[in-house]
Amino acid sequence: MKRFAGLALVFLAAAIITGAQSALLMNGAGATFPYPIYSKWFDEYHKMHGNIQINYQSIGSGGGIKQITEGTVDFGASDGPLNDQQLKEFQDKHGYPVLHFPTVLGAAVPAYNIPGVTATLKFTPAALAGIFLGKITKWNDPAIASQNKGVNLPDNDIVVVHRADGSGTTYCWTDYLSKVSEEWKTKVGKGTSVNWPVGLGGKGNEGVMGVIKQTPNSIGYVELIYAIQNNTPYGDVQNSAGVFVKASLAGVSAAAAGAAKNMPDDFRVSITNAPGKDAYPISTFTWLLVPSKISDPAKRDAIKGFLQWMLTSGQGYCEGLAYAKLPKEVVAREEKALAKVQ
Amino acid sequence: MATPSTAVPSAGPVVDSRSFLSRLRDGDEIARLITFLFAASVVLITALIVYQLWADSVLPRHKFGLNFLITRVWDPITEEFGALPFIYGTVVTSAVSLLIAIPLGVGAAIFLAELAPQKISDTLQFFIDLLAAVPSVIYGLLGIFIVVPLMRTWLGPALKDTLGFLPFFQGPNYGVGFLTAGIVLAIMVIPYIISVSREVLLAVPREQREAALSLGATRWESTWKVVVPFARTGILGSIFLALARALGETMAVTMVIGNTPTISASLFSPGYSIAAVIANEFTEATSDMYLQSLIGLGLVLFLLTFVINGLARLMIVLTTQKGSGTGRT
Amino acid sequence: MNARLRWRKFVSGFMLTMTGLCALVAVFILFFILGYLVFHGGKDINWAFFTKLPKPVGETGGGMANAIVGSAKLLLLASLIGVPIGFFGGMYLAEFSGSQVAFLVRYAADLLNGVPSIVIGIFAYAMLVLPFKHFSTFAGSFALCIMMIPITLRSTEEFLLGVPRELREGAMALGASKWRTIQSIVVPAAYRGIITAILLALARVAGETAPLLFTAFGNRFWSPGWNQPTASLPVVIFTYAVSPYEDWHRQAWAAGLVLLGLILVVNIVARVILSRGVRVPRS
Repeated sequence: MKRFAGLALVFLAAAIITGAQSALLMNGAGATFPYPIYSKWFDEYHKMHGNIQINYQSIGSGGGIKQITEGTVDFGASDGPLNDQQLKEFQDKHGYPVLHFPTVLGAAVPAYNIPGVTATLKFTPAALAGIFLGKITKWNDPAIASQNKGVNLPDNDIVVVHRADGSGTTYCWTDYLSKVSEEWKTKVGKGTSVNWPVGLGGKGNEGVMGVIKQTPNSIGYVELIYAIQNNTPYGDVQNSAGVFVKASLAGVSAAAAGAAKNMPDDFRVSITNAPGKDAYPISTFTWLLVPSKISDPAKRDAIKGFLQWMLTSGQGYCEGLAYAKLPKEVVAREEKALAKVQ
Repeated sequence: MATPSTAVPSAGPVVDSRSFLSRLRDGDEIARLITFLFAASVVLITALIVYQLWADSVLPRHKFGLNFLITRVWDPITEEFGALPFIYGTVVTSAVSLLIAIPLGVGAAIFLAELAPQKISDTLQFFIDLLAAVPSVIYGLLGIFIVVPLMRTWLGPALKDTLGFLPFFQGPNYGVGFLTAGIVLAIMVIPYIISVSREVLLAVPREQREAALSLGATRWESTWKVVVPFARTGILGSIFLALARALGETMAVTMVIGNTPTISASLFSPGYSIAAVIANEFTEATSDMYLQSLIGLGLVLFLLTFVINGLARLMIVLTTQKGSGTGRT
Repeated sequence: MNARLRWRKFVSGFMLTMTGLCALVAVFILFFILGYLVFHGGKDINWAFFTKLPKPVGETGGGMANAIVGSAKLLLLASLIGVPIGFFGGMYLAEFSGSQVAFLVRYAADLLNGVPSIVIGIFAYAMLVLPFKHFSTFAGSFALCIMMIPITLRSTEEFLLGVPRELREGAMALGASKWRTIQSIVVPAAYRGIITAILLALARVAGETAPLLFTAFGNRFWSPGWNQPTASLPVVIFTYAVSPYEDWHRQAWAAGLVLLGLILVVNIVARVILSRGVRVPRS
C-alpha cells in the first residue's frame, strides 16, 4: 500500500509540474484550403510574439463553422461563408454576431493524375460538371478530348476524388458547378458537404491530394498550393468569357476585382464564375470567423493584433505560397471593421 | 477481538459475521463504502454512455423512425440521413475479414494446441499476443502504403482475371475499398481467434483425443472430427469476439476504405463504415439533425457490438465449463 | 497398409502441415510489421524528431516533441483516474460485494469494454468538451481512462480472488480486520498480476486514436496544463499518413516505430513479470 501511495504521489507531482501555464494559447480550427499559409502565419507571428501561441487545426470549413458556433475554439476559419441560417444560429446561441474577416484569395483547381499525360488539360464547365456528375466516365470522352487535341488521352475510367469532410473548398467548387450547370444545381446543389454522385473521399485538401497522387486516372479539386507543392498537374478552366484560364494569382485577383468594389459590410461574397476575360472562374475568398465579443481581454487583444498584422505584413507571405493578396479596398475596410471586435 | 469466521468452501470473499460497530472501528466499513463507490462509478459511467447515445439521437429517431436503418441516402444539404450504406460497409468489411481470419486463425490454433510442443506453443502464443497489441493506426499506416498499392497493382487484377465472373470482383479497382479494408481487419482480428480458440482446444479433456486415436483415427481425424467439434462453441465464441472487434474498428478502416457511402456488390468498390463516417464528419456536423444522425449511427454500432459481445461471452463460458484439464497426450 | 489408410495418413500430414503454416503466417505478420517499421521509420529517428516542434505545412524538418509529451501527459492522467477506479472497484468485487451487485458491476464493466472507441470519443466530447467549451488534454484522458477501467477492474478482481484462502484466514485468525488483511496480505500477494494488468491496459490505450479526435483535438505547439488541446502520437501519425507530403509520411513511419516499440516493450515486460510465478486467469 505504501509503495502504491508513494508512486501515486510521484505521478501527482509530475502532473502538477507539467500543468504550469506559461504562454497565451489560442485555438482555432477550420478550413484546410488556407492551411499552408495559416500555419506559416501563426508560426511567424509566434516567432515575433513569443508568448502568443495560435494553434490552428485544419479540420475542414464545416468543422470551423461548427466549432466556433459551439464555442469550443477561439476563432474559426472557412472558405464557405456562413449562410443566414448559420449566422442566426450563432447569434441565438451567443447573443452577439460572428464576424467574417477575409484573409487571402485562393483558387480551387482540377488536379489530375493520368499516367502518361503531363500536359495541361483544358476543361469546359460542361466537362467538369459531367465528370463530377458521373456522366463522363472515360478520359478520352469527346467532351474532354475535343478541347485537348494533341493530347493522348487514354481510354481509362475516370476516378473522381472529392472531400469526405465538410469543406469550404467543396463549397467553392459546388458553388461554381451550380452556376454553370443547371443539372448540378438541381441534382446536388452547393454546400460544404454534399451528396456526391460518384467518387472517393479524402479528408481535407491534404487527403484529397494524397488520394489523387496515389490513384492513377484520378481527378479531384484542391487549393492551388496543394497541387503546386505536390508537383501535380492541374487543368485550365474556361471562364464566363470563354477563355481558358490557368489558375494563377493574376487570375484570382481579376476575379476578385469586381467584388472588391461592391463588398458587402459583412464581407460575405461569392466570386466564382466572375466576369472578365482574365478571371479564373473557381476563385474564392477565405475568411477567419471571429466572435464580435471576446470576454478575455488578453485573447481579444491577441486576435486583433494578429488580424492587424495579417492585413499588413502577413499579406507579404501570400504570393510565395500561391495565394493572392487581398485587394486594397478590402484591406482598408477590414481594418475599419476590426473595431467591431469588442 | 475478532472471532474466526466460519469457513466457506468457495473462492468468494470470506463471510464476516462481526457486528457493524466492530467492523466500523476496524475501518472495514469505510473500506467497503469507498470501494463500493468506485465500483458504482463504473456502473454509472456505463449507464451514462448508453443514456447519452439514446438521448442525443432523438431528432433522427423522431423524424425517420426505423426508416433510418434502411435509407440509403446521406445528404447533409437536404438533411436526409440514412444508415444503410454505413451498416452495409461495416458488415461487409467485417464479413470479409472473418472469411480470411477464420481459416487462418483456427488453423493456427489447432497447430498450437494439438501439435506444437509446449514450449513452442507458448512462445508462438507470446508473439501472437504481441500482434494483438499493435495499435490500429499502425495497421492503417501499413494499409495505406502496402496493402492499397498491392491491391491496385497485383491482387486486384489477379482476382479479376481468375474470379471476375463473380459480381464481387467486378467493377473498377482503385486500391481502396471493401476488400482492402477486409484484409487489414483480418490481420487485426486473427490474434483474437487464435488465442481464444487455442485455450478452448487445450481445455478439451484428454480422454476425447485418446478415445479417437485408440479407435484408429489419424491425428488429423482425431483433431478435426472429435476435438474441434467438442470445442466448437468456444471457437464460435472467439469468432464473435473477433467480429465485435472488427465492427468497432475505426482508424485502420477509414484509412483504406475510400470514404464514400456506397452500396455495391463489388468488393473493389469504395465504401464507408459507421465508425469511419463518425470519425470524419463528427467535428463538422453543422446542424443538430446532422450531428444527432451521427450519434444515432454510434448507437446502432453500440447495439451491434453489444449483442455480438454478449453472444461471444456466452459461448466461451459454455465451452470452458464443459471441458476441464489440458488435452495434451 | 492399404490405400485408404495411406490416403488418410497423407491427408492427416498435409492438413497438419497447413495448420503449421497458418501459425507461421500469423507470427510472420508480426515480424513483418516490426521489420517494415524499422526499415522505413528507423532512418528518420534522429534527435530532431524527439526535440523539435512541427514546421509549417509543406516545409521539411520539424519533429514530434509535442506529440510525444502530449501522449505521455494523456496516459499519465488517464492512469491517475482510471487505475484507482479499476483497482478499488475490482477490490470491491473480490472482497466486499454480494453476488447481485457483483453481477451488475461485472456486467457493466464488460459492456464498457465492448463499447467501440469512437463512441467513447463521442461521450467524452459531450461530457467534457461541449459544456466547458474547450478541447482539452483532460477530455482526452477521460476518454482513455474509460477504456482502461474495465481491464483493470476485471484483472484486479481475478488476481485478488486468486490469492489463496489460507492467507486470508491466517491473518484473520490472528485478529486482523478485513481491511488490514486486504492491505497487508492480499494485495501484496496479488501485486504482480495487478501491475501487469495495468501495464497491459496502458499499452492498449497508448495506441488509441479515435477517442482523441474530438477530445484532445490537436496542437502544433506545446500544450500547457491540462485544459488545452494537445498533440498526441497516434493522431499525428494519422494526420501525416493521409497527407500528400513525403516529409510527413517519413515522420509518420518514424512515429509509428516509436509508438509500436514502446507498446511492445511494455507488453513484453508485463508478460515476463507475469510468467515469473503468478497464475494468469485469462480473460
